[in-house]
Amino acid sequence: MTVLLAITAGILFAAAIYLMLRRSMLKLALGLSLLANAANLVIFVAAGITRGEPPLVPQGATAAPPDAADPLPQAMVLTAIVIGFAVLAFTLTLMHRVYQEGGSDDVDDLSEADVQ
Amino acid sequence: MSELVLAPVLIPLVAAALGFVAWRHRDLQRLVAVIGAAALLVAGIGLLVVVERDGIQTLQIGSWPAPFGITMVADLFSALLIVLAGVLAVAVVVYSTATIDSGRERYAYYPLTMVLLAGVAGTFLTGDLFNLYVWFEVLLIASFVLLGLGGERDQLEGALKYVALNLVASSVLLVTIGVLYGMTGTVNLADLAGRLAVLEPDGLVTAVAAMLLVAFGIKAALVPLFFWLPASYHTPPVAVAAIFSGLLTKVGIYALVRVFTLLFAGEAATFQPLLLAVAGLTMVVGVIGAVAQHEMRRLLSFHIISQIGYLVMGLALFTVSALAGLIYFLLHVALAKSTLFLVAGAVRQLTGSFELAKTGGLWVLKPGLAVLFGIAAMSLAGIPPFSGFLAKLALIEAGLEVDHLLIVFVALAVSLMTLYSMLKIWNAAFWKPLPTELEPFADGAAAVTPERVASTHLALAVVGPIAFLVACSIGLAVAAGPVFELADAAATQLMDPAGYIDAVLGEAP
Repeated sequence: MTVLLAITAGILFAAAIYLMLRRSMLKLALGLSLLANAANLVIFVAAGITRGEPPLVPQGATAAPPDAADPLPQAMVLTAIVIGFAVLAFTLTLMHRVYQEGGSDDVDDLSEADVQ
Repeated sequence: MSELVLAPVLIPLVAAALGFVAWRHRDLQRLVAVIGAAALLVAGIGLLVVVERDGIQTLQIGSWPAPFGITMVADLFSALLIVLAGVLAVAVVVYSTATIDSGRERYAYYPLTMVLLAGVAGTFLTGDLFNLYVWFEVLLIASFVLLGLGGERDQLEGALKYVALNLVASSVLLVTIGVLYGMTGTVNLADLAGRLAVLEPDGLVTAVAAMLLVAFGIKAALVPLFFWLPASYHTPPVAVAAIFSGLLTKVGIYALVRVFTLLFAGEAATFQPLLLAVAGLTMVVGVIGAVAQHEMRRLLSFHIISQIGYLVMGLALFTVSALAGLIYFLLHVALAKSTLFLVAGAVRQLTGSFELAKTGGLWVLKPGLAVLFGIAAMSLAGIPPFSGFLAKLALIEAGLEVDHLLIVFVALAVSLMTLYSMLKIWNAAFWKPLPTELEPFADGAAAVTPERVASTHLALAVVGPIAFLVACSIGLAVAAGPVFELADAAATQLMDPAGYIDAVLGEAP
């Protein structure tokens, strides 16, 4: 399972970078969102995948079983998802405004502010 | 345990919240922002005094013991940077009250500035790598909006490039945190330091350090990761550019210094050639870019990059005296840089343009402003007796101590070019007479004439902050002895992480 998820993360990174290198602004946004998701998946996988072992302390014991799932990476991923979502929403709005002002979806046309 | 550690984060956040509550009352928002910035400065000074007297201060949020909860830590380096943030905040917010147009004010300019400051303070104070990422996002989202606020076309385009590259940096940081957590099972910086130290040294540690270098390198605008900066920093109003140039890239440098001294001290030797090369290239590329510019804000933006090179040089040399030089340089450059941006704004107010060709005559017409600019510019170029000279002297001495002659030579050569580019602004805006063939002001009222420039009075809220920053800069040079003692103490703390680790985790049993 870990290997499969690791490969998935790799594919997501590759797809994200490919999309970001395209000239279309919309594909840049898609690439950024894939990149954030790939990062989340890496945290999830790197911290170790366990199945069916909730981190609960059994009655009478003082510690969770040794192979219990680690809740912290999931909390981190959740935080990162929320932040990523908010930032992506802002990015899309910004892109919409850029499109309204410039009338083009091509990032090569965004040269108004460039160094001449 | 000290609640004071949280004050520099809470004060701007509360000020931001109050500002949002006072949505329709712009005067009230201004007042709250000025008070918030002043309170941040006071809290920073208070924190510095306490840290200097009692050692490193920590606060376990919610009383969860480290490393399980989130820890806020203030050592001397953090506290000094909080004071710096407070000084810049006061100057920029006051300057904003006179220069920010009502359109931007109406859409939460002041509360957003306060959120930005909260993010910056949080980054300086957190003792937890994941929390560092969260604070980074807080300051980024505020900076995104500040950059785009106003909705001019070049602003939006600059903001898009800034957003895209910073999001890539955030993703790299996030991946690194995941890998580090997989390796050690912790994200608490002090705990990480202890666990990485006993880990079998293998390629993974080096790889993680390299990824953090990329993530923070993008935020700090190191060559070759700097492209977002000259594409965006000249587009917002100068007040925004001033606080960005004073604080945001410095946050990246802070994070680099923190992780390389605390987590990867063992990797420093591996990274030294790379960091030295990056430092030299950053200095040279930045200053060459600056020399080629004819617009004040673009020129100053490239200078930010160039000066970042000096800071990386301090980190690369990795000795106590080099880090002390870095800290002093950081304080100096943030003050000088923000001053120059604010002066550029004043020049534009007087002559109607940021273009060097369309300004002039201010030495005769506004000698006071010219003197303020001259001090900041000479300080940036490293002319004695100003703070820039002392800062560069410290770094160069540190370089000579460990026989890195090449980087010392580059640093000196770049100084000369910095002086040249500052002279370029001086000659164009202050020395040469005001050109006669000028387009009329944007408001179409009248052409720019010497009489008109002379009779335009800069508001106290414009000149005051510039004078305040210049005074701080001079103070830095006059009080160089005590400040260097502080910087030395801060650098000693950085180079000996045991104190930091003990302060966070409690004395080792």
